[in-house]
Parts: sequence; structure tokens; C-alpha cells
Amino acid sequence: MNPIRKKRLYLIGMMVAGIGVAAWLALNAFDENLMFFFSPSEIAEGKAPTGHPFRVGGLVSNNSVNRRSDGLTTAFDVTDNAETVTVEYTGILPDLFREGQGIVALGQLNESGIFVASEVLAKHDENYMPPEVADSLKTAHDEGVSEMQQVSVQ
Amino acid sequence: MGSPRYFYNVAGKMIPWFAISFLLTLIAGIYYGLFVAPPDYQQGESYRIMYIHVPAAWMSMFIYIVMAVAGLISLVWRIKITEITIISSASVGASFTFLALVTGSLWGKPMWGTWWVWDARLTSELLLLFLYLGIIALYSAIEDKRVAARAISILALVGVVNIPIIHYSVEWWNTLHQTSSVTMTGKQAMSTSMLIPLLLMGISFKLYYGAVVLMRARAEVLERDRNTRWVRELVEGEMK
Repeated sequence: MNPIRKKRLYLIGMMVAGIGVAAWLALNAFDENLMFFFSPSEIAEGKAPTGHPFRVGGLVSNNSVNRRSDGLTTAFDVTDNAETVTVEYTGILPDLFREGQGIVALGQLNESGIFVASEVLAKHDENYMPPEVADSLKTAHDEGVSEMQQVSVQ
Repeated sequence: MGSPRYFYNVAGKMIPWFAISFLLTLIAGIYYGLFVAPPDYQQGESYRIMYIHVPAAWMSMFIYIVMAVAGLISLVWRIKITEITIISSASVGASFTFLALVTGSLWGKPMWGTWWVWDARLTSELLLLFLYLGIIALYSAIEDKRVAARAISILALVGVVNIPIIHYSVEWWNTLHQTSSVTMTGKQAMSTSMLIPLLLMGISFKLYYGAVVLMRARAEVLERDRNTRWVRELVEGEMK
């Protein structure tokens, strides 16, 4: 390669590398702000902001959803399988909302540690499959769980 | 090979092949995606918008990478055809980015419960749209097209850092957008019956890009070489 082209290639390489490093530093500095939501564990560790609203994300715990007497408010537990936060929300929930589903709620913690949400979004995972496959997976899972329980009883 | 006249002729012969194979894969992909693929266990029929959304998002990043590589070659070797490739790709890339954002928004409303959120994936994809628009604007703002090409080459290379950010945003940060279902390596998180039409659409969109970028590049070649003899002869030949 002739020296002029070599020099140009070198300069461009330096430029792209420099911008890459700058972007990396900037993104690292803003890391907290780029997090769309906090997990219940992070809230338990006190990482979540206190003065202003933030989002909590996790799975809706099984058998935790209950409607309050006004008929509009729903309370449910959000968990990351380590810590749990109770969320209270008044309004219409998205179609995908159900127990075991991932959700992201925007709101604030009140004095009694209940997260009062003003918005609840459903989060789905990267798995796509036909309903039959999902059913057979669930059946196999349930069977596996009951077998393990039997083994532990014995 | 770098000669504009040679490129003009070869590109002219390649366009019909790209166009025909694009149409065939598009018809096959849409048919399999809409009628053969089963509904999703969670999202039912709504997930089918993925057959436009995902290939469009792939293209938005693929085209940008093509532009950045062409930008590098243009800056180092000063080849006219790669300069033309950048600007011919920009508006196609911008359209695919826009399509990915719009279909994502339409999909987000019923599934997530919102048209738009400022999470890392959505925001970085929006930034990509602005990069494309910036490249188009910068190119048209500079009179001398060879200088303009050099300017957009630099901009394309500067913006290329955004591509890994878009791709890894769903892994580096908590986002509302889920992580990738289709990966180059490892286990696929999607049933084969759903994956096949998606890959067909992915191929189809790439062939579309091939056809359109060649058409646009041919027009750009004629525009730049309008005062040369071969273009005059070509035009005179057409007139007769």
C-alpha cells in the first residue's frame, strides 16, 4: 500500500477508535440513566432514586394479583426471584398482563413501602412458539416439578 | 471495474435479477409468515408484524455498515463507485429505519401498552434515523459532490459506533424491548416454523436493497458524468 493511503487508513482508524472510546466513557457515565427500570433487588439495596418517580421491572408473582374493592385498583407483587415489591395501580392493564408475566411499572414508593404506579407496561421475552409447544413445555415442566417433589418426599 | 461506464452497464444487467428474486422471496415470505406460521403462545396473531419489523430493523443496521465500509474505502482509496454507494444507500437505509420505528410503535401499543418509551434500544434506533437524515442533508448541502462524498464518509464512520450500541443495548441495559430472538450462533428462541418466514423476509429485504441501490447508483453515475462522452453517446442513442 502506498504511504499516503496507509496514513489515511491509520488516521481513520484512530478517529473511529477515539470516538468508540469517547462513546464508551459517556455511556458508562450515564449508566444509571440508561437503565429503563430497577429490579426489586436494586430497590432493596437502595439504588433506586427516592425524590422522583422511577420504574420497577420484574415478573408478576403467582397468586399475588388482587383487585381492591373500588374495582379499578389492582395490587400485585413484582419479583426478580430474590426480592419482591408490592405494586398498586389504578387503571387499565395491558393485554399481556398476567401472573408470571414480565412488567415494567412507573411510579413511586409510598411510606409503607408500596410502589404506587401511574403506568404499567407489559414486557415480553424473546421466545416465540406455537401455543401447542408452550402447552407441552408447561406440562413437561409441571411433571418434572411433581416428580422432584415425590423424590424429595421419599 | 471502478470505471463508471462499466459499472453503469453491469448494474443495469444485475437489477432485473435482484428485482425478480426480491419479488419471489417476498411472496414466499409473506405467504409463510401470514398463512402458514402458527400463532404465538403469548401474542397470538399480533406477533406477525415481526415479519416486517425485524427485517426492517436488520436492514437499518446492515445498510449503515455497508455505508461505513464504503466510507472507509472512499476516504482511503478515493474510489468514485464507493462514494456513490454511500449516498445511494442513505435514503434506503433511512426508509428502513423509519419502517422499523413505525412498525415497532404499532406493535408496542397492543403488546407493551405504549407507542413509545425512551429505553436504550428505541432511543439508539431513533438516533440511527437522525444519522441517516444528517448524511442526506450534509451531502445535499455541499455543492462539490466529491467533497460532499468525503464529508459524508467521515460522518458515516463517526456514526458507526452507534451500531454495536443498538445491537447490544438490550443486553447492556434494562430495556422494555426484549433481547434478540435470532442469533448467529447458539440456540434460537423462536420455533423453526416461525423462523423460516422471518429469514425469507430478511433475504427479500436485502435483495430489495440490492435492486434499489443499483438503480440509484446508476442515476448518480449519469448525473456525475453528464459531461463525458460516453453519457452523451448513451443519451443520443436513447433519443434516436
